Amino acid sequence: MAHLSHSAIDAATLGSGLQSAERGASVTFVGLVRDHHGGRRVTGLAYSAYEPMAEEECARIVAEAEARWPASVGLTHRLGSLEIGDVAVAVVATAAHREAAFEACRYVIEAVKVRVPVWKRERYEDGSEAWVDPTTAGGTVPTAASAE
Amino acid sequence: MTVSSPPTIRVRVLLFARYAEILGTDALELILAEPATVASVVAALRSRRNGHLLPPHPLCAVNLRQASAATRLGSHDEIAVLPPLAGG
Repeated sequence: MAHLSHSAIDAATLGSGLQSAERGASVTFVGLVRDHHGGRRVTGLAYSAYEPMAEEECARIVAEAEARWPASVGLTHRLGSLEIGDVAVAVVATAAHREAAFEACRYVIEAVKVRVPVWKRERYEDGSEAWVDPTTAGGTVPTAASAE
Repeated sequence: MTVSSPPTIRVRVLLFARYAEILGTDALELILAEPATVASVVAALRSRRNGHLLPPHPLCAVNLRQASAATRLGSHDEIAVLPPLAGG
């Protein structure tokens, strides 16, 4: 699994393989687990995925970015149970100059959000859980168990 | 004179996250009358117990790529029904 990780992500390690003497720019985006969502106190979350498709979609996104900009891109998305402050996703783009590095990095994280089949189940202070659903007004939908 | 039954295909359906909770399973096989599309799979799922809780037009993928409701299916295709994505 090149782009999915069930253990902690180290963005520095991800970037170290993308550096070379002719690349003067390296842009890193790191997404972290936040302690609030929709006015509720979040204590942790679990990511699940349709892993074979998520892996392929990540590879396609990276290939698109590398075709569009003269940049090299690394991408890792975390799966499993995460605590507040854990790294959820990391993108590193290196290039000769900063424009390509910034643009490739931005392209990849925005595409990950809308194309990679990953789901987030949040845990809250009161012990309840909900599925994160960016298409709903509140941003979450109850789990099936709590809806019954 | 024999009456031949209409041709059918067998497909594998994967469900994830909230949709797996709703239908109580994360994988099943369906036998569909030809011609079958992604919409045929969704209709079959929505006719199952609690299936009405699925949206009428969920995001779907066929063989690891996003597909539209009109995408035509063949035997042994893998159709994944995807809740709203929440990665990143």
